Amino acid sequence: MNWTATTVFVLLFLLVTVMGFVAARWRPGDLNRLDEWGLAGRRFGTVVTWFLLGGDLYTAYTLIAVPALVFGAGALGFFAVPYTLLVYPFVFLVFPRLWSVSHRHGYITASDFVAGRFGSRTLSLAVALTGMFATLPYIALQLVGIEVVIAGLGFHAHGFVGDLPLVIAFAILAAYTYSSGLRAPALIALVKDMLIYLTVIVAIIVIPIHLGGYGAIFRAIPRDKLLLAPPSGGNLGAYSAYTTLALGSALALFLYPHAVTGLLSARSRKVIKRNMALLPTYSVALALIAVLGYMAFAAHVATNPSYAPYFQRYGPNFAVPALILDQFPSWFVGVAFAAIAIGALVPAAIMSIAASNLFTRNVYRDWFHKSLGGAAEARVAKNVSLILKLGALAFIIFLPTKYAIQLQLLGGIWIIQTLPALVGGLFTRWFHAKALTAGWLVGMVVGTAMAATQQFQSSIYALHVGDLTVPGYAALYSVVLNFLVVGAGTLLLDLVGARRGTDETTPEDYLLERDEVPAAGGVDAEPDVIM
Amino acid sequence: MASRGRAPARWRRVSVYAAFLIGALVSLWVPLYNRVDPSIAGIPFFYWFQILWIVVLAVVTAIAYRLGV
Repeated sequence: MNWTATTVFVLLFLLVTVMGFVAARWRPGDLNRLDEWGLAGRRFGTVVTWFLLGGDLYTAYTLIAVPALVFGAGALGFFAVPYTLLVYPFVFLVFPRLWSVSHRHGYITASDFVAGRFGSRTLSLAVALTGMFATLPYIALQLVGIEVVIAGLGFHAHGFVGDLPLVIAFAILAAYTYSSGLRAPALIALVKDMLIYLTVIVAIIVIPIHLGGYGAIFRAIPRDKLLLAPPSGGNLGAYSAYTTLALGSALALFLYPHAVTGLLSARSRKVIKRNMALLPTYSVALALIAVLGYMAFAAHVATNPSYAPYFQRYGPNFAVPALILDQFPSWFVGVAFAAIAIGALVPAAIMSIAASNLFTRNVYRDWFHKSLGGAAEARVAKNVSLILKLGALAFIIFLPTKYAIQLQLLGGIWIIQTLPALVGGLFTRWFHAKALTAGWLVGMVVGTAMAATQQFQSSIYALHVGDLTVPGYAALYSVVLNFLVVGAGTLLLDLVGARRGTDETTPEDYLLERDEVPAAGGVDAEPDVIM
Repeated sequence: MASRGRAPARWRRVSVYAAFLIGALVSLWVPLYNRVDPSIAGIPFFYWFQILWIVVLAVVTAIAYRLGV
């Protein structure tokens, strides 16, 4: 047991625990209302939104898995860079429209919008269930992040005692999410992100000094890992895999419920647009974190006997924790590990809030309890968020981690199938709801089948076009098919003269800024404070 | 006049879209940067170029915001 590191770790953990509970009183609102509990009253300014979205999107699992991929597979793992680079211009151009229409009509989830836009409960349910099923394994994977660093602290016990730290961490998380809602992860994100930046900056300065500079680090990497393998023999190989992974992931990221929740909690369109120019700071940090995978390789952590049992248990996911243990004094190990563990709490909280918003609004209220509203609605959401976290915990404790990883991989393929309804719907009403539902179903089935051909080990599917083999991200391939079905289906339904559902939105709704809107939620304009 | 006010707005919009499109295509066109040289301080081109490109697109996004697109 590494006592110094553990003490620092526990102290930082206690700090964010207190913050999580105090958050309930931060910019007080009536937490018995769903838009107060689940969107923090849509009042976050530029700075809080920057911390919140950064803390939300760059999850602990990302911080572990991206360098692990670089450590194991080399250059391919760097696809995270074009991915997180493409996402912000895309969001800049598309998602302010979602903010406006949601603010105007009081939408809390993407499914709320789809229901309002297309007048179809079925399509809205499809979007809600997709969001929930894509999010659940993601919550579970955050626990893997905590698990890995707790092991790294030298906590060796097995069985119930071994799981105890994880159970305690999650129980605390569940308690303050229940009481403070979205305010808790927003406040904790400040600590998380500052710790992450601190760790990254120290790591990229100190570790290369230990290892003889960046030149030495990159020279230690085998040539075939350092660059992507060029196409050969009619197979585009790593090139098309890299491109499609980047593009598909960028298109999918803001369809995830936790990303939508983060966006909708912003106080104005302006805040979102401004943040799309500011959030790339995190992408730079992520790129540097990816390079940590090479530093771990150059430091020979995998062949170091003291880390052998961990690598055996966690695989390449232990690369970064091993590097940190190898290169830093104990107290800083505590800081860095706390950054990762707290980095798991923020997204896990937001994901569980987002998924329970979806369940409460678009499954429970729409299908079982039409009159649900006010305090009862918020109460259901709070309880559901507890159940979801319990489920994620049970998943990690009782099932092998690989299932969570495989499901999360499938989640990316599933969530992108909501692109035509959500992003398409933000720009056009031309699509028929029935065609969108059919496209969604086809995309879900084909995308899942593509992953099944890889035994769910990889989301890269080798597409054959004539003599050419184009390995690519199954999510991108299947969503193209989805779009084709939507287009053909809409033409067909128009041909037979099928009626479109009622659209409760108007073209102006998509362009309104905060002050121009009579807010549906009842919160009205207030001074433009930056926080 | 409305038409005079609208034309520059459209021009700004189109140039921002074009800049985003070029930025995206460059970052997706692997053969462009899948090389070691020129390296900077021992960091191969593949790595520093893509990191630099994050900054470039962030600046474009900031300009787009300033232009009110």
